Amino acid sequence: MSAKTAERKAVARKDLTYGQWIRKEMKRNWVAYLLILPYVLVFTLFTVVPVILSVVISFTNFNMLQMPDIVWIENYINLFFADDVFLTACTNTFIFAAIVGPASYLMSFLVAWFINELSPRIRSIVTLIFYSPSIAGQVYLIWGTLFAADSKGWANAALMEIGVLTEPHKWFQDANTVMPLCIVVALWTSLGTSFLSFIAGLQGVDRSLYEAGAVDGVKNRWQELWYITLPSMKPQLMFGAIMAITGSFGFGAVVTALAGFPSVDYAAHTIMHHLEDYGGQRYEIGYSSAIATVLFLIMVGANAVVKKAISKVGS
Amino acid sequence: MAKLRTRKHKVVLSRSAGGDAGITIMLTLLGAFMVLPMIYVVSQSLKPLDELWMYPPKFLVSRPNLGNYRDLFTLMNDSWVPFSRYVFNTVLTSVGGTFGHLFLASMAAYALAKIKFPGGKFIFKTIQTSLMFHSTVTAITSFIIMSALNMIDTYWAIIIPAWGSTLGLYLMKQFMDTAVPDTVLESARLDGASEIRTYWTIAMPMVKPAWLTLIIYSFQGLWNAGASTYIYSEQLKSINYAISQITAGGIKRQGASAAATVLMMAVPILVFVISQSNIIETMGSSGMKD
Repeated sequence: MSAKTAERKAVARKDLTYGQWIRKEMKRNWVAYLLILPYVLVFTLFTVVPVILSVVISFTNFNMLQMPDIVWIENYINLFFADDVFLTACTNTFIFAAIVGPASYLMSFLVAWFINELSPRIRSIVTLIFYSPSIAGQVYLIWGTLFAADSKGWANAALMEIGVLTEPHKWFQDANTVMPLCIVVALWTSLGTSFLSFIAGLQGVDRSLYEAGAVDGVKNRWQELWYITLPSMKPQLMFGAIMAITGSFGFGAVVTALAGFPSVDYAAHTIMHHLEDYGGQRYEIGYSSAIATVLFLIMVGANAVVKKAISKVGS
Repeated sequence: MAKLRTRKHKVVLSRSAGGDAGITIMLTLLGAFMVLPMIYVVSQSLKPLDELWMYPPKFLVSRPNLGNYRDLFTLMNDSWVPFSRYVFNTVLTSVGGTFGHLFLASMAAYALAKIKFPGGKFIFKTIQTSLMFHSTVTAITSFIIMSALNMIDTYWAIIIPAWGSTLGLYLMKQFMDTAVPDTVLESARLDGASEIRTYWTIAMPMVKPAWLTLIIYSFQGLWNAGASTYIYSEQLKSINYAISQITAGGIKRQGASAAATVLMMAVPILVFVISQSNIIETMGSSGMKD
């Protein structure tokens, strides 16, 4: 028996109260606190405190210049009842996230599953092809050239050639086409971390389960997927979902780069843009903190719902 | 009873030809969607001026040359702040941010994965929750905190927040959970090794794939970082910012802009090619249990 388990036996005795036991454990493991301290300090300062601070500031009219007054929920009332642009931004964000999130998740999983049985060499090449757009910096700007507004744009030229269009279409300046195009571009850059996680998860599924499944009457690859593969990679599915959801709310920069800011008729205006507008340009920090808080709640809420749904897979 | 077929000692299920064909078609279509824009950008960067302006535009270059790359370097030499300064800035913040993150996150990951202590679970849960929201949410209040700490317009504004990024710590902790057996650590402790020694000489060498993954993730983020709201001074800005300034010159710089994009994307893609197997190995333990 190791020293550590012996000690744990000792603290299970009834002669210590819970408080005493905690204090004893904390003292015994002081090195652990030392090890996490630097990271936790930075994490607290740049992640935890900003979230709390933004909730606090959202109840004030802080503008970086004057002493802030507490205005309670006035910012939120204005946001939901007086700010039409915010409601447009909400709708756009939901449409965007509801399409990009699930579609990128599904695409990541399907591609990972399709290539799972290929030879390792071919698999790594295909992985590279699908993964590259997500790490290649600002390469998505090429979509701006492909769908340029004049007849030199490749899409316009091709469509005019076959007679679908008679004159060049302004893809990113037309309220009807800007949003769908941005969604396509976002999808193009979305096979990132969750994709890699799925590839690894599929590789890690215990081969003997498939053999056992075959003996037990699993007939085709779809049954195999549903009864064996998906349940055995539930942790990856969970992690991938979180990456996909968080990512689907984070495409503001792609939209700004392609559609400009503000986009035509606010057709591609998302909550992120609204936040940037009030916080980064108008310095209405109180109001923008309310926007940030709403966005935070939406993201964490969406994640919580999806996590619950995935925990039911295969059960 | 399902049909069994043996292929190199492995039992595999019968695969219908229709399914195989369907998957191949889907994969080809999706692959084309992914790869064509990448090919287009490379092709654009090699087009001579008259081909860039040709109507109807051609997808592929017919007479490739390196004129656009030459133009790009000429434009770089003309910039007000020497271009090497932008390179230096990006390299400094990428290296400083990445190594600080590796060091801090691996220490914390070791403690969270391998030592049971009061509060450990809570701390990890909190960190895990922060994977669920995008950093734009905290951008404005981070600015306030940084100005309170006098970090605005210094390299620290880029470097220090990178130390506390979440994904790296999460992947490192999950990898340590599976890759470092408790029994090895126990016997080291019994031999009298201190916890810090165990972390450094035993656990760390066992999680090299996770190091590499963490380094690459952090480096990619910092390398691709454009203009930061925390930096005003021209001489502290990143390469990506400088290149976006060059290419913002509009339509006449289309060729140079494509050349710049190709050069910038080559770095993270090459890094990924070299490290792919290690990253996939790390991702094997990325799953979230609850």
